[in-house]
Amino acid sequence: MLLAENISLAIRALISNKMRAFLTMLGIIIGIAAVIAILTVGNSLNRSVAETMQSMGANDVFVTVAQRSDEEEETSNSSSALDGIHYGTFARSSEMTDDDYITGDMIRAMYEQYADDIYAINISHTVGSASLQNGEKESGVSLMGVSVGYFVTNSVEMVEGSMFNDLDFSEERKTILVSVDTAEDLFGENVKDAVGQDIECEVDGKSVIVTIAGVYKQNQGGGNSSMMMTSMLGGSSAYMPLRAAMNIDHSEDQYTYFQVSAKADSDPQALADKIRDFYKPYYRNNSDYRVSVITYESLLEMFYTLLGTITTAISIIAGIALLVGGIGVMNIMLVSVTERTREIGTRKALGARNSSIRAQFIVEAMIICLIGGAFGVVLGIGLGAFASNLLGYPAKPSIPGIIIALLFSMSIGLFFGYFPANKAAKMNPIDALRYE
Amino acid sequence: MGEIIRLNNIIKRFYVGQPNELEILHGISLSVNEGEFTSIVGPSGSGKSTLMNLIGALDRPTEGTYYLDGIDVEAAADADLSDIRNRKIGFVFQTYNLIPKTTALSNVELPMLYAGVSKGERRRRAVQLLDLVEMSERAKHLPEELSGGQKQRVAIARAMANDPAIILADEPTGALDTKTGRLVMDLFHKLNEEQNKTIILITHSPELASETDRIISIRDGNIVDDEYLNGKQIDLNQWKKEGV
Repeated sequence: MLLAENISLAIRALISNKMRAFLTMLGIIIGIAAVIAILTVGNSLNRSVAETMQSMGANDVFVTVAQRSDEEEETSNSSSALDGIHYGTFARSSEMTDDDYITGDMIRAMYEQYADDIYAINISHTVGSASLQNGEKESGVSLMGVSVGYFVTNSVEMVEGSMFNDLDFSEERKTILVSVDTAEDLFGENVKDAVGQDIECEVDGKSVIVTIAGVYKQNQGGGNSSMMMTSMLGGSSAYMPLRAAMNIDHSEDQYTYFQVSAKADSDPQALADKIRDFYKPYYRNNSDYRVSVITYESLLEMFYTLLGTITTAISIIAGIALLVGGIGVMNIMLVSVTERTREIGTRKALGARNSSIRAQFIVEAMIICLIGGAFGVVLGIGLGAFASNLLGYPAKPSIPGIIIALLFSMSIGLFFGYFPANKAAKMNPIDALRYE
Repeated sequence: MGEIIRLNNIIKRFYVGQPNELEILHGISLSVNEGEFTSIVGPSGSGKSTLMNLIGALDRPTEGTYYLDGIDVEAAADADLSDIRNRKIGFVFQTYNLIPKTTALSNVELPMLYAGVSKGERRRRAVQLLDLVEMSERAKHLPEELSGGQKQRVAIARAMANDPAIILADEPTGALDTKTGRLVMDLFHKLNEEQNKTIILITHSPELASETDRIISIRDGNIVDDEYLNGKQIDLNQWKKEGV
């Protein structure tokens, strides 16, 4: 029997039972819409994360002192994404002894060995909250000591004055960079006035005189993580050369964390492996701590693994919706077959083969699912567009995704339509003709 | 005038091999020639419907042989039975059995669709047949929009679609009033006389049976009477003597 005839028959059957057809399709519509929406939101999340991470520095390698646990012994040499999870277990300095820290010498030694691969090393030391005072005027900041490399990996835009120079670092000068907001607090609208001024800086009840070298503009969105974090908390950072800052709170030249930027033409992952191996001997006899080295790449990998897990979970739910929808289609097809028993008997009397009857009902089930799937795709695109706009990264589902969703809904029709269609095909024509 | 139906000692049993095994037809032999308008009469439970189902290739006999237009029906596979019904038999039912929500024209096209006739040819022949039963003006109407008599005329046009060897009409006027029933019977006579179509009419009504060429009476699963009217019995006697 001709396919075109079966399709037009199926459409006529659906039109004559619009409400029933719609309710039957609902399960398929919801299932397919969910799948398409997930694909769209997934695309949007991927883009947003990739862009955010890219802006933070794809070439960066993080080196942290991390607490050892039994399973870390096994995996400490691997560069898998799992390693990144231990990034969360920051070493708590209160329990650390001097032997546990990464010293400035250890960092310099590492740099000398891998200078060819390293573009910059970014070390920062958070002194804590400080109060800057210009006479009566006062502004609260988070005071951070930073190494030369800090501004290489974290771009800040200078509005007035200048960046630290080499002498600021080598002579451990107490110069600071303040944000536009801070400068306005202290010197009013004209932030130019702030440059070169000596002001009082109060930390932990002690007061030191610092010189403002420049005023920077807080970037929206981009910039670096600590800058973002501070601005989110409603304050702004003030930067000071690393050693000068450490002199203020009398810190030793030792760290729990630093960041290395790989040169553009070298592989950050390979560099991470080298750094990990470099520090291994230092911590061989340390039973409590080790050095964890991870890359943005592995952070991304970890994120994608997580995203994949979430996507899988939602897909399973969508799959259940489709399964329930498919059972609904099967149910309604069984009703349809029973209702049309006489028609089936008549068709058989007129010479329809079993295969023609089977094809007729399978096509009908597939058409229900295809139309439901099409509605679902439209709804899913709408929901996905809405959700991805909320996320700030508008995305569309992929065309292959849509085609696969439609093919899948048709295969649901095939699968769940087969049993009722076969029941129709196997009817005895005599009984079917007599059916009241 | 060739033989179109040949039943040899047909036995039909139901529930074969089970305790409630039931023999409905006890060995029926029957021959129908081309162009004959035959009626089969008998009370309910006589086995008349069972015989009709066998002649219509809707069922197979338990024993005996059945040749329809030279085809050995009881040896045919299921798919072949479908093809036999499609090409050799035109069914007309008491309840019309038009396919709902499908136009008169499409209903007439349906047997040709199953026969694989091309769309253009289907349409051409369906229009021609609706013209024959004087239903061309209602070609685009749905069965729900037609009266009983009109539905039955469409059903007769549909039965003629693949130019079958026989038309098998089961109480075709049973659901119609006398006047429209008359029109339907006239149509059968027209097909029989003008197109020499072999028609088998299953009926309760002695009046309708008396209009036909031959009345076969069935009772308790046996043929109890086989009576020729209008002088056609002579043909049969000749055929018997010739031993063809």
